[in-house]
Formats: sequence, C-alpha cells, structure tokens
Amino acid sequence: MTSPVLELRSVDKSFGPIDVLHDISLKMNEGEVLCLLGDNGAGKSTLIKTLCGVHKPTRGSILMDGAEVTFSTPREAQDKGIATVHQFGGTFPLMSIGRSFFVGVEPTKGWGPFKIYDRKKANKIAVEAVQNFGITRVDDGDRLIGGLSGGERQSLAIARAVHFGARVLILDEPTAALGVKQAAHVLRIVNEAKRRGLAVIFITHQVMHAMAVGDHFAVLIRGAIAADFRKGERSREEITDLMAGGETMADLERQIEGYADA
Amino acid sequence: MSRLSIGSLFRRPEAGAFLGMVAVIAFFLIFGGINFLKPSGIASWLNVAANIGIIAIPVGLLMIAGELDISIGSMIPAGSMIVAIMSGHYDFPIWMSIIVVLGFGVVVGFINGFLVVHTAVPSLIVTLGTLFAVAGLVLGLSVLITGTTSVSIKAPDFYKAVFGQFIGGTYQVIILWWFAVTAVYIFYIHYTKYGNWIFAMGGDRESARNAGIPTTKLTIILFILSACSAAFVGMCQALLFNSAQVSAGMSYIFNVIISVVVGGVVLTGGFGSVVGIVFGTITFAVVNQGIYFTSFDRNWSSLIIGVMLLAAVLMNNTFRSMALSYAPKKK
Repeated sequence: MTSPVLELRSVDKSFGPIDVLHDISLKMNEGEVLCLLGDNGAGKSTLIKTLCGVHKPTRGSILMDGAEVTFSTPREAQDKGIATVHQFGGTFPLMSIGRSFFVGVEPTKGWGPFKIYDRKKANKIAVEAVQNFGITRVDDGDRLIGGLSGGERQSLAIARAVHFGARVLILDEPTAALGVKQAAHVLRIVNEAKRRGLAVIFITHQVMHAMAVGDHFAVLIRGAIAADFRKGERSREEITDLMAGGETMADLERQIEGYADA
Repeated sequence: MSRLSIGSLFRRPEAGAFLGMVAVIAFFLIFGGINFLKPSGIASWLNVAANIGIIAIPVGLLMIAGELDISIGSMIPAGSMIVAIMSGHYDFPIWMSIIVVLGFGVVVGFINGFLVVHTAVPSLIVTLGTLFAVAGLVLGLSVLITGTTSVSIKAPDFYKAVFGQFIGGTYQVIILWWFAVTAVYIFYIHYTKYGNWIFAMGGDRESARNAGIPTTKLTIILFILSACSAAFVGMCQALLFNSAQVSAGMSYIFNVIISVVVGGVVLTGGFGSVVGIVFGTITFAVVNQGIYFTSFDRNWSSLIIGVMLLAAVLMNNTFRSMALSYAPKKK
C-alpha cells in the first residue's frame, strides 16, 4: 500500500499547562473521507488548526507522503496542497464569483504596468469549476457571493480549493448552518471531491451527515481519539453514544427526564 | 451576458451616488437658475470638487479596505507650509520642496500604516494621533522658523502653470490633476488585480491574507497614498494663493468622508467604486457651492449636506442588498 497523503503520529498539543490534544495518530488516504466527530470542546478545532499550519504540534510529527513536514504558516500548508474551508466558506460576500474565486491569483492579460484583470476568463473558469461539481444554478460569474445560498458558497469554496490543486481538503462543519436540502448539496460535493482522489477531512457533529459520506471515522473525546473505525463497523447509535462522551444516549435521556420531573 | 440593462446599472456601487448627483444638480437648477451651469458657475463647484476629489479617492480606497485616515486634515497645511517655508521664506528651488512635501507624505503615511498593521489599534485612533501630532509639528516649526503662522510664496511661472493657476481666470489647474489621477485610479482599481486585492482585504482580511495577498504592504501603501495626496493638494493651494496658513485643512476631514460615503463606499469595507467616489465628490461640491446661486440663506447648506449624507447611507444599503439578492432570471 502507498503511504497516506497526510499522517499524524502521536501528536500532542498543549497551550501552556493545558493539554488540548493527546497522542493523536491518524492517516488520511487519497480518495477517502475521514470523518472527525466530537462534541463541542473535544479538540476538533485545535486538531484542524494543527493540520492546516496555524498551530505547531507540541510533540509528535506530521507526515505528507511519508516524509516529515512542518508548516510555519497556513500559507505553507496551502502551498503543499492542504486547503481548509470554513463554516461560512471563507469568502468575500460583496465580491463577484469570478473575482473571489481568483483572489490572489488573478488571471491577467496585457503587459508591464498595463496588465489587465481578465474578467471574462476568470468568470468562465470559476463558473465552469462550480458547475463541474454539479451546481448548475451558478451560471453568472458577475453575481456577488453574498447572493448565493450557504450550500452554494460551500460548494464554490470547495471547487476553488480543488481547482487550485488541493490534495487534502479540510471541511470545518460545512453542514452545520445549512438546511436539509443545502446540506445534501454539500455532501454530494464532498463525494465528488472524493471521487477525484482528494483526501477529505470532514468535521461535523451530525452523525447522519458523517455516515452519508465517510469511509473512516475518528471520534474525539477530551482531546484524545476515543474510537477509530471503518465504515460499517459501528451502528449509528454506537457513534452517537461515543460522541456524547461514552455515556449512552439512553442514560442522557434518563438524566433529562430526571430534570423534568424534579 | 454583460448586456447593459437598467437593472444591472442599479446594482453597481455608484448607482446611488449617480442618482444623488443628478437630483442635487436638478434641485439647484430649479432654485438657483441656469447661472449654476454657466462656465463661471461650473468653476465654482468644480474647483471645490477637485481639491476634495484628489484626497477622497485614496481615503475611499482605505475605507474599502476597512481602514480610515483622518490625518489628511493636518497633511494639507503641512504640504502648504513646507513649500511656503522652503521656497518662500528660504530660497530653495520649488522642485526640491515638492520632493520634501511628498517625502513627508510618505513618512507620515508609513507611520500611520505601520502602526495600524502592527498594533491592533483602530485606524481612526491612530490617525487621530498623527492628525494632532502633525498639526502641532507644523505649527511649532512654522512659528520657530518664520515667527508667524502665515507665509507667502512667489513661485516661478512654470510651477504656477503646472500646480497652481487659474485657467481662463476661474478654473484651477488642479482640476486637470484630479481628472488625471482619477483615470489612473480607475484603471488600477477596476481593471487590474490590485483593485481585487483591496476589495478582498475589506471583505475579509484573514481570508485575503490566506489567499496570499500582501495585506500588510498594501495597507501601508494605501496610507502613504492618502497622506501624499493630501500634502499634494496643500502644496497646490499654497502655489495657487501665493501663501500658506497653518490652520487650513481641518474641514477637509469631514468633507472628504462625506464625499466618499455619498459616493457609495460601504463603511464596513469591501464595496464601492472610484467612479462612485467622483460622483459623491461632485454631489458634495454642488451642494456646498450651489446654495450661493439660490436665494436661500447659506446657513442652510449644512442642513442639506447632513440630510443628504443620511439619505445616501440609507440608499447605499438598499442598492447593496439589491446587488446581493440579484440572481439571473431563468430563461
């Protein structure tokens, strides 16, 4: 088997005296979706930030294609093909689709000081990239980002990452703020990214969404991996129980009823 | 797909500014008569517009990028006094004074930009600091060197012709400078990648930096541009009126900000256009000068400007939400 695209080997992260992550080891393979599950405060965000270069691990190592790497800035991680898409798409609501798609890497024509931003080309590429992901409703590159639905924005951000050669796609709760239909949209895009051979890290606390696309699941509890399993190895109830911190949902329900009675 | 329609015009950032300008010109035509659009009438508001306009564009760009610069209020007299003291009080050649004027703009702009970028202090406070610091510096040095707060200067014909002359007796030559820099700004802001960077920075600085935009450098450059523009306008005024005063310029702070906001720049950043700022500047200048053509008491002009500013902000919000909610119709 080839080495995983991205691998964490017993990574610890602490901020001063506070340990946030303990002994995290994970492997991300091409064409696979790794679902990172966990309750609020379980260390999901810290783990993502360590992966995309915002934090450096206190101990342990990060490997890409089997070789050890260190990222000193998010930009460095990006250059190596690790793209992060945040909950709200990380885009510019008042810019057009074409312009925001190419922020920082604008296509130009002309020469010297008269290099002109090539609006037609930018719009065409951006719209094509999004439509390739099955979002056919986006057909005018001059539309403003703020006019798109939440799902369309996510899709655009993912299409952008793929277009610029991302190999590892980190999706930070992409479906959290979305309705059922929009979320389905985004899940379809995630599957498409997977089909194209990207390693996708999908962070969520909605077990349904995770089970719809995931190949590989890791549950974080208080900064440690409480469970690591492949698709089909656990039932939905078991995963939900794990996310609730090991307590079974049935116990929680009993507790809630207890409050109601008291 | 890029057919020009009424709808698409309304979604542009300058739509509100354009309508406002038309409305204001119509208003003063009705109440002030045609004198207002005769050559001498046009000169009265075009002169005001040009002086504000050269500063309004870089300040507007800073606002698009999410920053503000009010230190322009003391950069204008600084520009005037530097050229008057160097070439009026002493006898340095004018070209040398011009270099010092612009160099001082670079220094102050750099300090503004550097402090804003490297401390988390809002740019309003940083430039408030430099506003007073520069004003004090100019006043102190002027009195120390010349003993007065007003210095006269007699510039050679060539420099008068280029920077400070009345064309045809009424039009200030700075109007041509205004047109020229506006053309340059329109090109760089709307037709090159640099404009895109500024809009992205105003939209979301963090994302812009992650996308590889040199946000630090760009912010400092914008502050340098606004400081230099203000110093340049001050210098031109000194050459035009053959004298410089320490106290001139503070009213420009408000006039410039009003022009920019009326011009459709959104205060939270990320939205606006150079053409819109030009329309806003003209609108402001027309209201400011138009009152003299009517039979109204001139004291009413501040009321009109205030109401206009509020109307502009409300209108901008409407136009922005129209732009946001726009989706092409299904065929």
